[in-house]
Amino acid sequence: MFELAATAGKIGIWVVILLSVTPVMVWIERRGCALIQDRKGPNRVGPLGLFQPLADAVKLLFKEDIIPSEVDRPLYLLAPILAIVPALTTFTVIPFGPTIIIGGQTVHLLVADVDTGALLLLALSSLGVYSLVMAGYSSNNKYALIGSVRATAQMISYELALTLSVVAVLIPTGSLRLDDVVTYQQGLWLGVIPQWNIFPHALGFLVFLIAAFAETNRLPFDLSEAESELVAGYHTEYSAMKFSLFFMGEYMSMATLGALGATLFLGGWHLPGVDFTGWWVTSALLGMGILIAKTSLFLLFFVWVRWTFPRFRFDQLLRLGWKVLLPLAIVNLILISALTVAGWL
Amino acid sequence: MEIAVFALFAFLAVISAIVVVSHRNPVYAVMSLVITLISLAVLFVLLGAPFIAAIQVLVYAGAILVLFLFVIMLLNVEEDAQRTRSGIFQKVTALISAALFTGILAGLFWRDTASQEVAPLTSQSISLESLAHRLFAAYLLPFEMIGLLLLAAVVAATVLAKPYSSRPRAEDP
Repeated sequence: MFELAATAGKIGIWVVILLSVTPVMVWIERRGCALIQDRKGPNRVGPLGLFQPLADAVKLLFKEDIIPSEVDRPLYLLAPILAIVPALTTFTVIPFGPTIIIGGQTVHLLVADVDTGALLLLALSSLGVYSLVMAGYSSNNKYALIGSVRATAQMISYELALTLSVVAVLIPTGSLRLDDVVTYQQGLWLGVIPQWNIFPHALGFLVFLIAAFAETNRLPFDLSEAESELVAGYHTEYSAMKFSLFFMGEYMSMATLGALGATLFLGGWHLPGVDFTGWWVTSALLGMGILIAKTSLFLLFFVWVRWTFPRFRFDQLLRLGWKVLLPLAIVNLILISALTVAGWL
Repeated sequence: MEIAVFALFAFLAVISAIVVVSHRNPVYAVMSLVITLISLAVLFVLLGAPFIAAIQVLVYAGAILVLFLFVIMLLNVEEDAQRTRSGIFQKVTALISAALFTGILAGLFWRDTASQEVAPLTSQSISLESLAHRLFAAYLLPFEMIGLLLLAAVVAATVLAKPYSSRPRAEDP
């Protein structure tokens, strides 16, 4: 009974946080791009325009929901749902705090405590591409179809590099549990530098970061919705709340990949010098706060890059994926394996 | 609980597999195949093999079937293209294959009930570590040979798919 309540509590916390990622990110994105482009951005609704996402949400909820008559109905309706399911489920394997003790019962701050955590995350997030494919196919629109064909090729190409960079992190850890990856990174080199994976895995981190852009369909790799060529790509025919589900899916998978990056390369919920042995509420909040702060670094970087770089051409994108990132990821894998065998990691 | 989950996903796997072979629209067939594979992954978890389940979803559902869809969408297979009537040869082959498959299944079931000596796999024997030891130590050579075989198939397919004019000609002086 206690375990059930604890799991429900953990799921509840993450659902609330993930659902609030989108409005917060929309505000940051719009204000951030205004800052980068030397404009003011939305500043009318509430102080600093903070209520703008609320106004957007109300607008999207009350807009007329149009289903074009020539669409393939079952797939058309399923696609937006599938856009947020992987994004919501992948978070279950990411640890967000130390093991805490509530009234004599130990609780792992991790929803799904499974042996194959990292693999499960990759497997579930690889299913996200189906929503794009279904949306493009069912819309019965050539722009949407081209968008989803591009998305398929892109995701297949970059998933390899992404997975290889994750595998390289798991080799010295000797475990697929993200919990162990966090434990592995606790400690200091020379008393000052935190033993985060980003230092020995600098190359892998670079590959992970670039592939993450492609996996989330963000600029400079947003070929599947390139508005100057394809209207809006795979979600051209969607309106109102169905459209915003795609939107939410994109931001949530950005948050998931950011949290995965923070866990794999930046020490996860742990920060050297922070005391996690106190009252369970404080240590849980500290762990979550640190993880969210590290994830925000990734999210801010995503926004920064989006408004700074031009879009790639499709052949350039595929060439970068297969001829640059994949070899780099393999070199990184061999390097890390050699270092691990030599006992340096 | 376990029985209920098994029943649900076994049912789903069978139903979606039937849809795969019977649906006229290839896109729907591939989508049902995705459901089949995910249901099978759940069955693997129930059998205590979460690693194989994760690999099943990651490789098959997440990558290979996406390529299937990619090809279907690129070739733009028409729904009506499937409605050609199957010839007598096809029907006979299908019957023979079905009979063989049923025979193999029946043989397996019969053997299983006849000798109760078959030791069930424990979660220990299919743990990630023992799996790795078997693949990369005990069965390294067969494992690598399968890899080579698949590579040969890919190379052959690429050569066959190339336009005729760009193929290297043997009789060139």
